[in-house]
Amino acid sequence: MLDRSMVGTRIRQRRVMTGLKQAELAERAGISASYLNLIEHNRRRIGGRTLLQIAQVLEVEPSLLSEGAGAQLLAALKEAAAGQNDLSPDATAEVTPELDRIEEFAGRFPGWAGLLAQLNQRCEDMEQTITVLTERLAHDPQLAEALHEVISTATSIRSTAAILAETRELEPEWQMRFHRNINEDGSRLAEGAEALMHYLEAAPDTKADIRSPQDELHAFLESHGFHFSQLEGWGAASRVEPIIENSAELRTGPAQELARVLLRQYVDDARALPLDEMLRHVERYGIKPDVISQQSQQPLARVFRRLAFLPENVTGLVGLVSIDGAGAIVLRKPILGFSVPRNGAACTVWPIYDCLAQPGRPQRHMLRQGDLRLEALAVTEEVVPAQFDRGPLVRAHMLLLPLEAGAGQENARDVGSTCQICSMADCPARREPSILSSGL
Amino acid sequence: MGKKVLLIEDEQNIIEAVSFILSRDGWEVKTHSNGHDAIDAVRARTPDVIILDVMLPGKSGFDILREIRADQGLAHLPVLMLSARGQAKDVEMAEHAGANQYMTKPFSNAEVLDAVRNLVMS
Repeated sequence: MLDRSMVGTRIRQRRVMTGLKQAELAERAGISASYLNLIEHNRRRIGGRTLLQIAQVLEVEPSLLSEGAGAQLLAALKEAAAGQNDLSPDATAEVTPELDRIEEFAGRFPGWAGLLAQLNQRCEDMEQTITVLTERLAHDPQLAEALHEVISTATSIRSTAAILAETRELEPEWQMRFHRNINEDGSRLAEGAEALMHYLEAAPDTKADIRSPQDELHAFLESHGFHFSQLEGWGAASRVEPIIENSAELRTGPAQELARVLLRQYVDDARALPLDEMLRHVERYGIKPDVISQQSQQPLARVFRRLAFLPENVTGLVGLVSIDGAGAIVLRKPILGFSVPRNGAACTVWPIYDCLAQPGRPQRHMLRQGDLRLEALAVTEEVVPAQFDRGPLVRAHMLLLPLEAGAGQENARDVGSTCQICSMADCPARREPSILSSGL
Repeated sequence: MGKKVLLIEDEQNIIEAVSFILSRDGWEVKTHSNGHDAIDAVRARTPDVIILDVMLPGKSGFDILREIRADQGLAHLPVLMLSARGQAKDVEMAEHAGANQYMTKPFSNAEVLDAVRNLVMS
């Protein structure tokens, strides 16, 4: 989603990057410095001839100033640049992406930028494939057993053959024994190699394992538009398994188990807040989770899930992020260009993490991530009650709602996606340096 | 009679080959082929050096090594560990458990002989 209200901000950023003073740009664009100052602080709308003149002085396409580059594309390019750190030292010496011109690049060459983002995504997927295969090698007991058998047999053959070849005056009975051993080991080696071959041939399609169970779950939810009409209404529990069995996205057991847990939760939520009741609430109150929660006497977390999993033509855009008690993302329903990391830890400044620090106290904040503005509502939910020997297990949920243009500008909280691709210079929550330390 | 080596290994043909080369080199070789009572075998055989396989039936070589290091009467014994696994974390685990040397399979006869000689000399 592009934010036209940020034209001034983009002009200021571009001017600073090119080293022009405000007065210089104003003079060359044929406007007063005070007027440019108002434009740069988004207090005057700009378009037409003035925009063209400013774009000409700044040597950028006017659309780059008026529309910016797509937030998702920018985030993808920043991720690609972050991956540069994984290149070898020799390679990085030759490859230095101009981070301060990333928006210009995406704006002027959207096709190339999109291709680069896709290639980076593909590269990440392939790296994950390697990780999965390495993990399989390291932890698959059947494979470990087969390899151990082969290596032990090879060890025996090597040692025995060396004795036969290198020992002078070997007694006939020893010769007989070692020949027999080599014969036995040869047969064992053949059997072991055959078993290993069968195992590798029978291994599932590597594509089935290239993604984490979370990625499979996400693809599954996306393919259903985050809504399951089959699970609305009477007898829905019995329809969970057929949905999982018929899914092309849920290829592995762990992903199917994740989906099973989520769909059972969906059924419970739908039973407590039936579709027709939710539709009435939305029609009457709009996307107001607190009001719907009060009216329905249902917890906020349940209302969040129901809103996020209603058809988009009913609710409009509604995003949802859920995390476990350790802060790991367990569910993500994207909204607009709000960047949510696929793996690893997200931005600690997100209100959802405030909730973990203060369970039981819902949070409501306006968020600003780059040019994007959103309203975020966050709550915690106790998923396993406390016992005498341990505290409760909690999850936190953050509902993301679009903001009207201009709303929440003043009090918005600046947030990122992950530290590595976040340009906020003085963020007290930063846990690692950003590749964008120079800012945009 | 030479110094005593206790070979704890479950692959019979490896036992025969390694026993043969050590015997020809003048060592008195004792063998044991399972992990269950390996520590009892160590106490009974009183070896000068131990060759210990990692993957044994009943108990892993790492656990046996920890038992050896925890026993005041045995803790000083030099131990050469044999394993098919050669990743850094395996070597690190062996060091942590108290192995004097770690050798990955397949090894050569000369490597085993050199290792055993060096362990006893040191």
